[in-house]
Amino acid sequence: MTRYGLLINYEFCTGCHSCEVACKQEHNIPVGKWGIKLSEIGPWQISKNKWQLSYIPVPTDLCTLCKSRTKKGKLPACVHNCNAAVMKYGPVEELAKEMAGNSRMVLFAPK
Amino acid sequence: MENVPWRWEEDGYTVTRSTAWSGPGCHEGCGVLLYTKDGKLMKVEGDHEHPFNQGRLCPRCLALPDTIYHPDRLKYPIKRVGERGEGKWERISWDEAYDTIEKRYKEISEKYGPWSIVGLRGTGRDLMWQQGRLLYAIGTPNEVGTLSGNSCWAPRAASYHATTGAFMVADCSQYFADRYDNPNWKVPECIVIWGTNPVISNPDWFLGSWIVECMKRGSKLIVIDSRLTWLAARADIWLQVRPGTNGALALGLLDVIIREELYDKEFVEKWTFGFDKLSERVAEHPVKKMAEITWIPEEKLAAAARMYAKSKPSAIQVGVSVDMEKTGVYTVHCIAALASITGNMEVPGGNVIALPPYGVKQPGVGGWGYHDLPEGTRKHTIGHNIYPFLATGLPTASPDVLLEQMHTEDPYPIRGAWIQGTNTLPCMATDPKQWYEGFKKMDFVAAVDLYITPTIMAFADIVLPAATYPEKNSVRACLYNLSSTNKAIDNVGECKSDLQINLELGKRFNRKFWPWDAEEDVLDELLKPAGMTFKELQQRGPTYPGIEYKRYEKGMLRPDGQSGFNTPTGKVELFSTFLHHLGHSPLPYFEEPTRGPVTTPELYKEYPLILITGVRTIFFHSEHRQIRHLREIHPEPVVEIHPDTAKELGVNDGDWVWIENHKDRIRQKAKLTPIVHPKMISADYGWWFPEKPGPEPSLFGFWDVNSSRLIDMGLVGETGFGADIKCTLCKIYKVKEGEM
Repeated sequence: MTRYGLLINYEFCTGCHSCEVACKQEHNIPVGKWGIKLSEIGPWQISKNKWQLSYIPVPTDLCTLCKSRTKKGKLPACVHNCNAAVMKYGPVEELAKEMAGNSRMVLFAPK
Repeated sequence: MENVPWRWEEDGYTVTRSTAWSGPGCHEGCGVLLYTKDGKLMKVEGDHEHPFNQGRLCPRCLALPDTIYHPDRLKYPIKRVGERGEGKWERISWDEAYDTIEKRYKEISEKYGPWSIVGLRGTGRDLMWQQGRLLYAIGTPNEVGTLSGNSCWAPRAASYHATTGAFMVADCSQYFADRYDNPNWKVPECIVIWGTNPVISNPDWFLGSWIVECMKRGSKLIVIDSRLTWLAARADIWLQVRPGTNGALALGLLDVIIREELYDKEFVEKWTFGFDKLSERVAEHPVKKMAEITWIPEEKLAAAARMYAKSKPSAIQVGVSVDMEKTGVYTVHCIAALASITGNMEVPGGNVIALPPYGVKQPGVGGWGYHDLPEGTRKHTIGHNIYPFLATGLPTASPDVLLEQMHTEDPYPIRGAWIQGTNTLPCMATDPKQWYEGFKKMDFVAAVDLYITPTIMAFADIVLPAATYPEKNSVRACLYNLSSTNKAIDNVGECKSDLQINLELGKRFNRKFWPWDAEEDVLDELLKPAGMTFKELQQRGPTYPGIEYKRYEKGMLRPDGQSGFNTPTGKVELFSTFLHHLGHSPLPYFEEPTRGPVTTPELYKEYPLILITGVRTIFFHSEHRQIRHLREIHPEPVVEIHPDTAKELGVNDGDWVWIENHKDRIRQKAKLTPIVHPKMISADYGWWFPEKPGPEPSLFGFWDVNSSRLIDMGLVGETGFGADIKCTLCKIYKVKEGEM
């Protein structure tokens, strides 16, 4: 069976939290638990004019890749509403190919 | 994307396409899909068909069902039955509420004159275009916010009017329905993001995601911000400006561009007025000196000037930080000059003049019908006799003069208030203690909101429940498009839209201002310049007029149809004849903040940190503190402190600290981060705790953490616009055990 995943371009993830809230609303996830959770890496200074500050949303074990949505041809809630349009849903093999030509990307294949 | 359906059935839901516009916040007009069942909102998603947001949606709209159905939501009109601030309320009918409001305002009018009633507004809401009109029907011209110097958007708007003739925005393709694919648009080679963090705040009809899309397409960034925002971290050049010195920075940029002749000589020659005078003024502000003032290395400031001027096209997007300095109007003047002399005005991917779409105006600050008021009423607009620029610029009152007048009662007392869509006390009010005392003197206060806020708890006698946007029909004229807000659910309790309230109440005072029978009639009236009705707009969906560039060559910027800009000389006025005529400086200048390392070195020894406030987070201003999925992301008010500074002071991450200055002291939770400069801190604002006791003295616990208590009213620039807000001094120290 084809495995699906989420490709995240963290070059442009702005850390807006929409993925987290969209997921919680879609799946009625209570306070304190998350279907996808934002990580903040930084800020720290790398060199005189260079800073590390990235955001990466990480799907948790509650993530079902929105099966109930995708089987109807809709995007997962986090992907649909992403403010920076940096999330992509698809077969991991295809997403991995897209990764090959790009930097600052991460591919998740949730359980 | 015109002529898309606005309602359909899908998988057991009714889906209504709509436009998000308050309440709850913000200033924008994003396309949303409202999924409902049995008249109830089940979920909200971004509308991929709406060119404005292209399907993207912020956490606040995603959490909208929780805002609408929260148990604390106001459902019925209520009246106060105990003392003010006791929190004792009783449900009443709409008729009783309206009868009381009418009776009490008429009593005040007879006794003191209707201008003794003031209307308080918040920011960017779907009510501000009508709220003034209700006040005018009551007979008062006094529509006002409580932010010193009207220091949000208004200084920018006023200054652009005095220089370029109208507001201007960075062109990120937002005028086109096909957005980034439009063949007439160009990707900005360089974007200057100045005093704004749009990827979090999405302010002033501008979405941060547009910047991100430009970045994906190759735009380089110059970010001017005293904090290391996400955009700053990705900028080619980040200028960490000392708070309160944006004006010096702007003059420094101009100095490099003019001295090195990096400007567009043809445009300057043909389309600007007063370039020589501006050049003389700028020469008095050499970049070396400006760099020292701003704490930015000279070579960095000069490099930014060169990068901006040499990139074609370059755009500048400006935010509230420049408004919050007393010479902010002149900073904006410089910014208008920068965009003009570099030839970036009215070009694709540069800066474009923002005119109402199809001529449909929804003014952000009062105004609809102001000039229909008799001169004898308008002359009572508070502060207009002192600030002629305010009088000619915006039909709103001066908050600084109002506050003084509340205490002196000169030339007349203030005795009534209409508070609509603003939780002013913990949020917009600069120096809230003074406002608190002022409003406690009112004979009668009516308020309209979604929840009982600290402001309502402290002041209100009658409270009316407002509708959220899925509970109403409305229109959004969001600079670049027209779209309809479409009612999708049954109203919670007996709540009514702000428009319905203003219409029903307005008719009781003066039918001349409110001749219509139903809300839809008012929306049809609003849409008249576009030649369509509300129903037609609803059918058409988001409608884009598009934009032509270089409209100044085509006679499209002036009401008289002549070529040129909408200024007295028809040119971009680098020397503002308008300001000159009013007796103000026609040329830009910079003044040090009232309190700071340069102005008050003794005070700086005692209070060695510069305090800024007002950074937006997951919430919209003071809203959303009771919304579980937003609150868990930002549970407490935090103050950002540089780790080096914290170490010196023995403060650890997560400690509660006192923030104290010459005025007052408050406490917030320390967050150690190099986002801020070691010599500054950034404190949260707008906080209250809906879970804490409402009745006085608690008022939902807002006083303890309210950073506006540390800011003075009245430190206003000569024009009345702009005040020293994001630049005061303070010190911090740990809260001891037993002090909380």
